[in-house]
This record gives sequence, C-alpha cells and structure tokens, in this order.
Amino acid sequence: MEISRSNRLVIGLGVAVLVLLGKLFYIQIINDKYKRDASNNSMVYSTIYPPRGIIYDRNGKILVGNKVNYDLMVTPRLVEPFDTVALAALLDTTADFIRERMAYYREFRSRIGYQTLTFIRQMPAERFLRFAEQEYRFPGFSGQVRSVREYPFDAGGNLLGYVSEVDADYLRRHPDEYKAGDYVGRTGIEAAREEDLRGEKGYRIYLRDSRNRVQDSYKDGEFDKDAVPGKDIITTIDAELQQYGQQLMAGKVGSVVALEPATGEILAMVSSPGISVHQLEDIGRYYNEIASDPNKPMFNRTVQASYPPGSVFKLINGLIGLEEGVVEPGTQYPCRQGYYYTKTRRLGCHNHRSPINLGEAIMMSCNAYFCYVFKSILENRRYQDTEEAYNRWRDCVTSFGFGDKLGSDFPSELGGNIPTSAYYDRIYGRRRWSFSTIVSLSIGQGEIGATPLQIANLAATVANRGYYYIPHLVKDSEHVQIDEKYRRRNYTLVDTTEFAKVIPGMYMAVNCKPGEGGTATVAAVPGLDICGKTGTAQNPHGKDNSVFICFAPKDDPQIAIVAYVENAGFGATWACPIASLMVERYLCGETSRPALEDRIMNTRLIK
Amino acid sequence: MREQGDNISRGLLYTIDWKLVICFLVLVLVGWLNIYASIHSTDPESAIAWSARSGKQFVWILSALALAGLILFVINSRLWEVLSTPAYFGVLVLLVAVIFLGSEVKGSHSWFNLGPVSFQPAEVSKITTSLFLSMMMSRSGFKISNFRDFLTAALIIGIPMLIIVAESETGSALVYLGFIFVLYREGMTGWVLFFIGMVILLFVLTLTAGPLVSVIVLTVIVGGSFFLLMRPLRRKSVEARVVRLSTLAAAVAGLLLIFSTQFVFEHVLQDHQRKRIEVLLGMAEDPTGIGYNVRQSMIAIGSGGFFGKGYLNGTQTTYGFVPEQSTDFIFCTVGEEWGFLGCLAVIVLYALMIVWIVRDAEQSRESFTRIYGYCVASIIFMHLFINIGMTIGLMPVIGIPLPFLSYGGSSLWSFTTMLFIFIALNGREKKYF
Repeated sequence: MEISRSNRLVIGLGVAVLVLLGKLFYIQIINDKYKRDASNNSMVYSTIYPPRGIIYDRNGKILVGNKVNYDLMVTPRLVEPFDTVALAALLDTTADFIRERMAYYREFRSRIGYQTLTFIRQMPAERFLRFAEQEYRFPGFSGQVRSVREYPFDAGGNLLGYVSEVDADYLRRHPDEYKAGDYVGRTGIEAAREEDLRGEKGYRIYLRDSRNRVQDSYKDGEFDKDAVPGKDIITTIDAELQQYGQQLMAGKVGSVVALEPATGEILAMVSSPGISVHQLEDIGRYYNEIASDPNKPMFNRTVQASYPPGSVFKLINGLIGLEEGVVEPGTQYPCRQGYYYTKTRRLGCHNHRSPINLGEAIMMSCNAYFCYVFKSILENRRYQDTEEAYNRWRDCVTSFGFGDKLGSDFPSELGGNIPTSAYYDRIYGRRRWSFSTIVSLSIGQGEIGATPLQIANLAATVANRGYYYIPHLVKDSEHVQIDEKYRRRNYTLVDTTEFAKVIPGMYMAVNCKPGEGGTATVAAVPGLDICGKTGTAQNPHGKDNSVFICFAPKDDPQIAIVAYVENAGFGATWACPIASLMVERYLCGETSRPALEDRIMNTRLIK
Repeated sequence: MREQGDNISRGLLYTIDWKLVICFLVLVLVGWLNIYASIHSTDPESAIAWSARSGKQFVWILSALALAGLILFVINSRLWEVLSTPAYFGVLVLLVAVIFLGSEVKGSHSWFNLGPVSFQPAEVSKITTSLFLSMMMSRSGFKISNFRDFLTAALIIGIPMLIIVAESETGSALVYLGFIFVLYREGMTGWVLFFIGMVILLFVLTLTAGPLVSVIVLTVIVGGSFFLLMRPLRRKSVEARVVRLSTLAAAVAGLLLIFSTQFVFEHVLQDHQRKRIEVLLGMAEDPTGIGYNVRQSMIAIGSGGFFGKGYLNGTQTTYGFVPEQSTDFIFCTVGEEWGFLGCLAVIVLYALMIVWIVRDAEQSRESFTRIYGYCVASIIFMHLFINIGMTIGLMPVIGIPLPFLSYGGSSLWSFTTMLFIFIALNGREKKYF
C-alpha cells in the first residue's frame, strides 16, 4: 500500500508532536525533580549563623570570644528610590559608593533576580542600630546578625590564628561544607579545631507568594533547623605566661616554648615577632601589612623554623653515651681548648679546667668532652662499622622526637632533620665517612635541624627522666575529646635510669658557685632548683643564635622550657634570662629581679 | 440557509476556512493571557495598560486583526502572486542592508530601528520567500526532479537563509530548513530527507558517543539500506551499479562528516552556539550560565504537573526565574500554570492548524495555493518544534518565537499576514469554483 506524500508528512508531524508531548509528560508527571527544584526556588531559606566556640586558656580566661556585628543586606528588586545621602550618612560611607553599587545591581538585574546580597560587611552594632531606627525609609535593605571574634586578652596571636570569610579557592576544596559568606578559621587553633569551633548553621524556611511577598514560615517551622553553637575549646595555654613571654621577646626574633612535663601540655608558645590580637580582629585590613613585613610575623617559628640546636644537644649525646655504655659519670676526658680531630684541625672550646667528668662537661658545656663521647659512640666495638653505630645513634636521637613531626595538634608543624647514613653515603660515598667527617654533630651543629618545640620536648623528656607526652594545645573538656595519643607516655631508647646521671650537671650549670664555671648562673633563682643547659648555635646567616633549655624544680618538675633567640650571641646572654624569668613567673607568679626583667623587655635586637 | 444561486457570487465569509481563523484567535488569546500572567507580578494597572507588555500585546493583537481583515476583504489575493517577485528581491536588499545599517540587538544585526518601531526583515523574508517559491514552483513545466529546477528552488531558499546566517540570526535561518518538506511534497526524492536526518544523527552521535560509535552506526545504516535496495535488482543491471556507487559515496561522505565534526564544532561554530549544544547534549554542566535558561524553564514547566498551578498562580514564571519569559519562553507560563493538560491543548491546537492547512492545500486546485499552504504549515511547524523543544530541553537554545503566542508585534504581524494570505487564497479559490 502506498501512502501519499502528504500523509507521510502528516504522520511525521504526528511523530514530532508525540515526541514533544512525551518529554512534557516525563518532566511534568513522571519525574518530580522539577517540582522539588521549583519549591526550592520559591522557598526562602534564611540562614541562622551559629556563634563560634569560645577559646579559653587553662585557667578559664577567655582568649577568643564573640561579639555581635551586622552585615547589611540588600535585595535589589525590592529597593525603592531612596535618599542616597541620608543612607550614606547612616552607614558612614559615601553617596558615590552607594550609587556605584546600585548601578551595578541595575546592570546585572536579570542575573541577580530576587537574590539578597551583602551590601556592607561587618558593621559594628552601634552603627547598625543607628540604621535600624531609620530602616523603614529604605525598603529592600535589612540587617543580618553575624557573630565575629573578639580578643579580650592580648596573648597568643600566632597560635590562635585568624578567622576570615571563605574565598573561592576554599569553596572549591570544600564544596559541600561551606557557602559563600561563611567564615572559617584559617590558621592556628582556629584552623586546627575548625570542626569543633564552627558549629552547625541553622535555617528558617519562608514561602513567598506569586508576587514575591514573603508569607508565613513554611509548615509552621516544622522543617526549620536551629543553629548549633560551636563547641568551646579549653587550651593548655597559660594566658598570663603567654603574654609575659611575648613581652620578654618583644623586639627580638625567636621563640619560647614552655611545656608541663607531666602532661605534655603547652603552657606558652611565643613566636616573635608575632601578630597581635588587634591585627587578628581586623585581619582583612592588616593582612597585606603583615604579609609584607620582612620579619615575617605570620611565620610561626616555634613549629616551622628548623634550627641547629647547638650545645643543648650535648645532653642527648651524653645520654646515648651512657646508654651504650661508652661513658660513665666518672669518665674523664681532657680539653686542650678544644678537640683535635685530625693532627691539625681543632674543634675549639673555651678556657676551662681539664680533665673533667660528665657532670662538669655539662655544667661548663665542654666541646671536647662530647667529641670524645660521640667518637666512642660511633667507634663502639659492639657494632660492625661506623655506619651501623651511626644508625643506632640516629634511632636513639629520633626516639626523643627529633627528625620528624612530633604530631602536636597545632597545624603546619615541621619535622626538623636528623641526617641518615644514606645521606652521608650520598655526599661522601659509602664507607668514605667516619667520626671525624661528622664531628660537629657532637655539639649539635652541622646538618641537624630541630624546631623549638622539639627542643622544648627534650627539656621535658629530661625533666621526666626518660619519657615525654606529645606536646599539645587543647585540653580534654566536656565537649571536646583529645586524641588518645596525647595521653600516652613515649619512652626513648635510653634507659630511664641513665637520666638521673645528667641532671646534676644541668643543676650545677645554673646553681654552681661563682667561679666554678657554670654557664647559666644568670638563670639561678633561689629555691626554684632550676636545671638548665645553654647553647650557642652557629648561624650561617649572621650572629650566633642564643639557646637555653631548662626545667624546674629539679625534683618535681612543673615546667620545661626553651628560649631560642636568633642572632643574639651566647646562650647565657639572652635566652637564659628569658627562660629563667618565665620559670619564675610561672612558679612564683612574680619576679624577684625587676631590673633584669626591665632590661630584657626593653632591649630591641631587631634593627 | 442562504440561496446558492450561482457559484461565482458565493460570499467570502462563506468560503473562508473558519476553523483556521478560530485556531488563530484562540492561540492569540492564549498568548495574551500568558503574557499578562508572566508580567502581572510587576503590577500593571490593567491587562490593557500600555505601560506593560500585556497592554502592548493587546494593541498588537488589535492591529493584527485589522491586518487580517485587510488581507481578507480589501486586498485582491491575485496580487500576492504578482507581487511575489519584486517583494522577494526587495526584501533580499533589506536583508543585506540591515547588516550594515541595522542596530545591534544581543549580538546580531537584524533589526531596523524606525523611531518607536523596530522591524526585522528576516520575519518578512519568510513570507516573501514562501510566495516567490510558490510562484516559481507553480509555473507550468517546473519539475523538481529536473536538476535545474531543483537548483532554482534551492537557491530561492538558500540565499535569504545564508544572508540571515550572516546577520548572526542562526535561529531564524534554521526555520528555512522547513522548506525541505515543501520540496518533498512537490516530488523531491525522499533521500534528501534521509540524508539530512543522517547528518544530524551522526553529528550528535560523534559529539556525545565518540567517532567509533558513529562509524558503527553509519556502517549498519548504509549496509542495511544497500542490502534492501539491492535485493530486488539483478546484480549486473545498471540500477545495481548506481546503487553500489551511491552507497560507496554515502559511506565516504559519512566518514568525512564524522571526522570533520570535531573540527566544525570547535572552529566553525561560534562560542555561544557551541556552548548551547554542549549544554543540550549534557557535555557540560552550566546551571548558572547558558544552561540557566533551560534549567529554569524546565523547572517551571515540570512543576506544573498534570493540572497546573492555576492561572496567575505560577511561582516560577512570576518571580522572573525564567528569562525572556514573555517572548521566547512564553511556553513556560503555559506549562506551569496550565499543566500537562494546557500544554496538550496548545500543542494539539497547533497540530490541528497545521493539518487543516495541509488538507486545504491538498484540496486546492491551484498549485500556487497548494505550495504556499505547505510553506506556511512548514514554517509554523519549525517554529513550534524548535521553540517548545527548546523550553523542555529537547533542542538547543535557539531564540525564535512561538507563533501567535510570544510577545512582540513584529512576529505576531508576520505570522498573521502569512496565515491570512493562505486563508484568503484558499477562500478566493472556493469562491470561484
């Protein structure tokens, strides 16, 4: 049967019509996705922002609180002609700014539609309330409560970190959790504990009718969600001590880290120069200034700077020597103003009596003594060759938490560096290196790098006589649990009985009589029994760095501390008094040496 | 019943096809109601207030009715055939002139701005092309199977089409593809339709599924038709040779198409055209950019459900979520407020109109009227299918209006003119025979 061309075309028309109707049937009746999207379009979600959690210090002082600010929102479609100048006066802005914004909204009106946009961010409450009284004159404008950070106590700018609005890049990386306009912790504790601090946003749902008037809340608020406030965080920081440390470090480049040895809690963590809390409050305004400062205040030296530890490292070599049985407390070595590791090459030392035993070597920080110790460790008959002995030595060192991240709860911690034997093989060739090649490791120089946090951890380990807790900043509290790893003792590879043998030397370094050669007598405070070790770390970039670690009291250590001051010369000059003043402040609550305190606080080493 | 004394004096009122006029009136009314629905949230004083689009459309409708009356009762419909030649070439000149003299609207140079009125030659060109094509094809001795005659027809259609493409009004140019149906009715081989269908199929397949799938599909179709064509033929006959040669040619052309698709897509098409096709084929997600229109339009239509939300109760179309809502996307308002039933009614109305035009054309004794009728039916069909297809995500976003429904005087007048010329031609014929 032949169908006429006319009829074929009519059949074609029928098919086309069926295709259209089929697709319509699908989207209108079968698939209800479009109905849902439509109700999303016509429901108005008004977000309720939760207050961020409060950050406390260990004694219940508020380090970071909240205050209320307002964002001024505008729905361009609802704006009616208004008095631009009057609005500008109310908002402390210029009429030109307002005209410019309105022109922008007009230009993109079809894209903006009925959206509500932020007109001015972060207005202080008093300015907003002034506007609120006149709000009726400006239809389309409204306020949105935002809670922002407030810092009642000037302590710990660097470790607290700042909060800012999410940027496009951050949104890309966290597509589901954040929306434009949300605030997020970007550095420090704010970033590390973001999940606890941020809380959960809530919302109210309103319906608008076909003329875009907002009507009642949707189903009497059945589907509304309340905001859940962020969880409060109790830190291990002692705000007073932190602030005191910042004052002592003012004008100097370096770090102070104080730990509670019995728990690993960080009492103070000062990186200088740092960010003040006033800058944190308005980070947007100060950001460029901070970022371009040559002294890098944003850089947290306590965990991100890796320095050679210097003479404080002699404690580790002494302890490993004891553990390996190559040295005894009574072992004596000579010092000829240094140590000749070849016939003609000498690693120098200062002038002191000779020969001396282990305790005296620690007290006087003798370089030659620890070269002998390190030589004995590396040339120990127990091991096949230097390499095997070196590997054993390195294992012992890393068991103190050196050479890798300690795993504290502070973000962006660095691991420092303890070179491997493979590293020396690469540089010198296999079996082409020996004790004399790496002699500077004896006294904590050379290729070693350690962060001030790791060095403070060494002080805590010695104070504990052989173990440490991973240093951390957040305490257990009702809502926030800390990781199990912070509750575990970490033992080193050195037997705990060996530690008692180095402590008398540290005690004497601080508390010996004048003239006996103690290197840290400036740190002595009667009755506190401070035990310490100075260090002077050579700095390839300038004057030596001044280092001091100590803990106190000797028999019941409450605090272990490191002070590391860059380009400040001998350990005794700057680091020693700073650490000592901190200890005294922490244990006694006040200083008995106001003149010393005054001198330290008011000296500026930064040009 | 009135006395039918002699055939010649039968009144025009008696012979015009009232079914078409009623279809026209209903569609125009539906359009006006929906234009009002789409803008009523801006609170016009009334549906006929001049300040709003519904008011303006009311005026366009009145003037379109006057135009229809003029065509039916005043102008001698013989005139259309006579005027077709100068009108066609006059409009060609305007089409070219507008490229240089016209004002730019959304990136295309296709509008003349004459004070308060703007005028788009491309709209008129559809009518003049239809008339001229009908005139040429109805001349005695014209046979579409004759290559010279085919070429003439192709040029009549192709020249304005190309100029419109040069105006960057690709959407309007696509409508001219509808003339293929006219040529087919007048005897052009069906292979051309088949061929065009294949080009579109392969183009889409290559972009979405990759060249390999396209090659397989091409092999199956070409092989299959070769087998079907060869079966009744003797192997050594001349026809068999022709079939073998043309199959080979088709296969080569198909392969060329497949492997040039990517090139055409990336280098020949303009940026916005490429994006629209990408979004349609699901190759790119873009809910706020190009895809925004279609997504919002589908949400509006889809949320209408079976019965719709009721007149003036649409939430999507009245908030202004859908752009171009009273012009190219007017069908959204129908879909949301009148639901599937409303869509069904509107589409069936169009289909009936097209079928009745075709029926009238077939019954016509003058080939000019018949061919012109097919032209009108094809153009309405193309607009219908592309426009509604676009609002429901079947076609890329091509900015052409929905006949009689969309807001705008220019388009309403030209569709009215086109339709009523046919009604007049058809009525006059019945009057005399």
